[in-house]
Amino acid sequence: MKRFRRHGQESHRDRIKQELYQFNKTVEHGFPHQPSALGFSPSLQLLAIGTRSGAIKLYGAPGVEFMGLHDENAAVTQIHFLPHLVELVTLLDDNSLHMWTLKAHKGVSELLEIGRFTLTGPPGAPPSVTRVTAVLAHSSGELLLLGTEGGHVFVVEVPGFRELEERNISLEIVTHSIPEEYGGRRSLEHVESLQENPANPQQVLIGYGRGLMVIWDLDCQSAVKHILATQPLESVWWTEDGLRVLSSHSDGSYCRWSVAGLDTQSEQEKSEVPYGHFPCKAISKVIQLPTKQGPPFLLFSGGMPRASYGDRHCITVIHSKTHVALDFTSRIIDFFVIRDGPDQAGEPSALVVLVEEELVVIDLQTEGWPVIQTPYLVPLHCSAITCSHHVSAIPLKLWERVLSAGALQNTHYSKKPWPITGGLNLSPDPPQRDLLLTGHEDGTVRFWDASGVCLYPMYKLSTAGVFHTDADPNDNMNQCTEGEWPPFRKVGCFDPYSDDPRLGIQKIHLCKYSGYLTVAGTAGQILVLELNDESAEQAVEATVADLLQGQEGFRWKGHTRLEVREEPVLFPPGFQPFALVQCQPPAVVTALTLHSEWKLVAFGTSHGFGLYDYQQKNNVLVRCTLNPSDQLAMEGPLSRVKSIKKSLRQSFRRIRRSRVSLRKHHVNNAAKLQDANARLEAELAEMELAPVQRKIEARSSDDSFTGLVRTLYFADTFLSDSSHNTPSLWAGTNGGSVFAYQLRLPSVERRAEDLVTAHPAKEIQLMHRAPVVAILVMDGHGSPLPEPLEVAHDLARSPDMQGSHHLLVISEEQFKVFTLPKVSAKMKLKLTAIDGSRVRRVGVAWFGSSCSEDYGESGLTVLTNQGDLHVVSLPGVKMQVHHPCIRREDVSGIASCVFTKHGQGFYLISPSEFERFSLSARCVVEPRSLVEVPHQTPTSLSRAQPDGASEYRNSTRDSDEAAVLQEIQKSLEGGQPSFLENNMKTALTGGKALSNGD
Amino acid sequence: MNKNHRVPSNRTLSAVEVKSKFGAEFRRFSLDRSKPGRFDEFYGLLQHVHRIPNVDLLVGYADVHGDLLPINNDDNYHKAISVASPLLRLFLQRKEEADYSAFGTDSLTRPKKTVLAAVLLRPDANRKKPPVIISLPRDFRPVSSIIDVDILPETHRRVRLYKHGQEKPLGFYIRDGSSVRVTPQGLEKVPGIFISRMVPGGLAESTGLLAVNDEVLEVNGIEVQGKSLDQVTDMMIANSHNLIVTVKPANQRNNIVRSGGGGAASGSSGRSSDSGASFYGYSSSGTAVATTPAHIIQNYHPEEVESDEDDEDLVIEAGGEAVPIPRAASASCSMPALPRYEPHLNLRTAANGALAASNSASSLSALSPTGRGLEGRSQEEDGTVITL
Repeated sequence: MKRFRRHGQESHRDRIKQELYQFNKTVEHGFPHQPSALGFSPSLQLLAIGTRSGAIKLYGAPGVEFMGLHDENAAVTQIHFLPHLVELVTLLDDNSLHMWTLKAHKGVSELLEIGRFTLTGPPGAPPSVTRVTAVLAHSSGELLLLGTEGGHVFVVEVPGFRELEERNISLEIVTHSIPEEYGGRRSLEHVESLQENPANPQQVLIGYGRGLMVIWDLDCQSAVKHILATQPLESVWWTEDGLRVLSSHSDGSYCRWSVAGLDTQSEQEKSEVPYGHFPCKAISKVIQLPTKQGPPFLLFSGGMPRASYGDRHCITVIHSKTHVALDFTSRIIDFFVIRDGPDQAGEPSALVVLVEEELVVIDLQTEGWPVIQTPYLVPLHCSAITCSHHVSAIPLKLWERVLSAGALQNTHYSKKPWPITGGLNLSPDPPQRDLLLTGHEDGTVRFWDASGVCLYPMYKLSTAGVFHTDADPNDNMNQCTEGEWPPFRKVGCFDPYSDDPRLGIQKIHLCKYSGYLTVAGTAGQILVLELNDESAEQAVEATVADLLQGQEGFRWKGHTRLEVREEPVLFPPGFQPFALVQCQPPAVVTALTLHSEWKLVAFGTSHGFGLYDYQQKNNVLVRCTLNPSDQLAMEGPLSRVKSIKKSLRQSFRRIRRSRVSLRKHHVNNAAKLQDANARLEAELAEMELAPVQRKIEARSSDDSFTGLVRTLYFADTFLSDSSHNTPSLWAGTNGGSVFAYQLRLPSVERRAEDLVTAHPAKEIQLMHRAPVVAILVMDGHGSPLPEPLEVAHDLARSPDMQGSHHLLVISEEQFKVFTLPKVSAKMKLKLTAIDGSRVRRVGVAWFGSSCSEDYGESGLTVLTNQGDLHVVSLPGVKMQVHHPCIRREDVSGIASCVFTKHGQGFYLISPSEFERFSLSARCVVEPRSLVEVPHQTPTSLSRAQPDGASEYRNSTRDSDEAAVLQEIQKSLEGGQPSFLENNMKTALTGGKALSNGD
Repeated sequence: MNKNHRVPSNRTLSAVEVKSKFGAEFRRFSLDRSKPGRFDEFYGLLQHVHRIPNVDLLVGYADVHGDLLPINNDDNYHKAISVASPLLRLFLQRKEEADYSAFGTDSLTRPKKTVLAAVLLRPDANRKKPPVIISLPRDFRPVSSIIDVDILPETHRRVRLYKHGQEKPLGFYIRDGSSVRVTPQGLEKVPGIFISRMVPGGLAESTGLLAVNDEVLEVNGIEVQGKSLDQVTDMMIANSHNLIVTVKPANQRNNIVRSGGGGAASGSSGRSSDSGASFYGYSSSGTAVATTPAHIIQNYHPEEVESDEDDEDLVIEAGGEAVPIPRAASASCSMPALPRYEPHLNLRTAANGALAASNSASSLSALSPTGRGLEGRSQEEDGTVITL
């Protein structure tokens, strides 16, 4: 009987767990790492970005996002949308072609791979014959033309990828059609470009690497015209009327050719080297777009004078008399122009440029061509991210104040709405306003709207103004010198170079109720800031906290303290610093917390911790935790002990430096790169020679950095006796020690005069000595104590002060609950002893049930050094669920993880991207969007029924898969029309509303 | 066992106060600490003072931890003299009645009242038959043991290292390697964890039970298969106060050979090459491993492992004294001599403070061995950082 009952309880608990917890990686925020290809569908209004790791991401209107990953780990080199269809084709570095489509499933579109294809040449042909260099998705939506390195053009029917051998355009036929004196015996080289005549879909322009361009008629299978250019070809553009062809060349020139006449040979109308006189670099892409009245827009990338500006990444825009060379901070991947009107035939409205580190959109219809702020794909890593902090459920008041402060910073942006509008965002409005704060190496803190799918920049705070730094205050990104040639204009915000690494932000704590913010940095600086809607000129009062407290025999060998500006500084509206604490020695701040109700800030470094009263601007308490024999911690970052990690880091830096200089000089870069790689390999080989072994030794008080303060916590609890609760401060160290101080606060009336005092109350030395990661006090009901001011704002139930409180100490190895006020162990959960993983990050979260609105539980969200996520129940400290999340080798990803209060979290998957995940079944933020299928032409409808699996040539397995997929597709298409139509109706109305909004 | 016997200045004198008990009789005398003499002389002295010249005696003494340890040669005699502070308490038994099992065991974790009572108070009539004497433990405290011999395959060895209060480091290193197992599909190479190095003078080396190239199979009952080197390292460190490792020794020649079947394949296996490969009998470990993944071995008693590390975190209350968290309340009354906690004391004195603490603790425990054992030990273990 008993056994049955217990079994029943277990299954009941299992069901509750299912209702509470559910693991999903939901969306990637930020800018894709190492983008390598760009595509755009004017009909779908969708933008596609491919990356070097084989990912493909589609973006439309804000909130409309899709992601796919190729199975092959090869770079995406080209992306082509099939005109007027929802399919797109990607070309990978391994010469494989992939077909993707957006399929509606349960009212939400999904990006699916539906086919793959690799060109097979004639038997015995060298691989260059089939190595694809140019792709043209023909406007009929049925044909794909593939130009190869060997100079052939293969014609393939899509979506089935059936090679139409009889329609191939071989090099031999082309050679016969051109004059003997041009062709000679030299090869025409690879196919550089394939362009369709906008006025006549049957004509295709084939551009060969050597310069020859041939207009090929697909109907009569013959060459109609040829253009004999003499310079190596970089790109080709056919003007909209079909009368002219533009070609750009590797010598920095572009030419315009008339193809209107009936001659087989075309005339050169114009040839120009825009930045000429001295040798120029190649123009890699040229575009010309007409305007209704007036001269056309001419845009091209590159073409800079080699010697003086060869290192610039420029796109030149010429319209009438306006000529601007947009100067980007990283390499240009590709660009395109969005045009007005339903068929994308109107005026050019925006230039979209994908550079290596960001996406820049320029408004071409507003005077001065301002930048349009991107709602997504924002480079998180403008300056390297050093820490992050998440605040859930921001009160509306604070939200609006931060937004208005941010709006004042964004006046240089265009007022035009975001021009890419494809798809419909169907995800419900976020239930609350969430802020993600990122600290950066250059001393800035960025505020992001993290409520929904789009991580939108709200406000940027710079702390550098408080200090004297080497930075040049006049270093303006948008400076423009009159009469300079070329007429450069800096665009983009990616700026990875920090002026002073000491400014780096390490810890952030924001009180969402009071608007007080504290940030702490690399050089032991702790700033307290207050939100102010007006600009103010004030001097920041600095207080020094001597954390060594007279320890002798000590020499700090790290960086020096930052020098504070004595004179008043003008701070713009927003968060303005009013108090500063500087730790001595100026070691990096490792723990920080703020209590806005008590007006106290606690901070810790590797030497000790302190408590600062920001109302009276004095130190309440300074406590040294340093073991006097701990030389490593004493001396700071510049220790004589050289670790393997360090030497590796150095060699990477060396490589990076050499790469940077490569970009600048572009001389024998291959040789240099090889050299650097060889050096790295040698170093790696050296490391492998040394056997990897680990010492097994109990932790001891003599270990290094035992005094490093890992966590600080304020609690109003029963510290000394069980009848009176008092304010208290708790600190946990790397050596497994917990220090508790009882705080005595003066009454509210006397708060400004009487001193706050702190008395040592307790010390706990954990026997296992593992670093203390977090400390938490739970009230009589077993729920964590609320945040300061939370109860005052009626947002949390006041804690139970009748029952006995419990202290939860979370070390890297175990979770341990103690009673209070008499500290005795009550229960514990061991982690490391069982599975060998250690706690890296921990957060307190509230999990709401997905089935019943009222039910929810508190829990700990835990990330281990193995990259696993666990949920641990409170107050019982029992393991609930666990999910592998991050690769264990991804140390920076694990270190960057931050949890929300509702069971979600973020971690960096690259320097520029956050992955958002959710452990909660109720609280999930994920993209839900629908892309309408454009109005289909009769031809494409007839094509929608492909004939069987025979066209798949790769392998039988592939074809089986494809057949299954097609079955699914058919059944979907067959079974869904009414449903789809319904959706499309709503979609269309929604779409109109959007465009009206424009 | 009351405090009246304590003469505070005794420690500074060269005399060692000896209280010797035989049966129900006590004798008191003193020895010169600097010139203790030889064991046989001492033995003669004992026979003399108890007036039992022809009785074969087994001599035991209570050490600082309250353990009963034997005196039977010059070395342990000198050790006993040197650690007596201030009182050396001796317990004499007739050799033919002696209960050897009382010696050297970890009497702290055993029910306390039986430790000495078993030897001294129990009527001789119900005494069990004394076991065969092989030899007496050479050292006085257990540092290591082989456990669960009855349930493990004979190619394996489960070793328990007792780190309590020892100054000695655990002293070994582990590495990645590959081990060869016999599976139904034939030989299969699987990654494994091996002992790579012993620190001379470390606990692991001094036991002689672990050796370089031994393959580590389990840590405190948890299999290490599928875990990374770092995970196994962390598991061992997390269990370092009471580490139980199950190894497959590289040298299989010293294995205990049990009579009867089992271990069919073990004879052919058991050589570990330099590269760290070792061979498993499929019938022995292979099946066990396969059928009980991440299990806890039947004979493994978690509570026993827990018991001696349980909650020995140290709590210092402001203005109070250091109190180890567990059931220490009963014993804490005997700590009046401890200096009061000074919160603003410089950390520099930590080492001295620790010394003082352990000194005072040991002196106290010598006086009341039965009740003081547990606390005395935890003092010593955590003592190094008490900021007294």
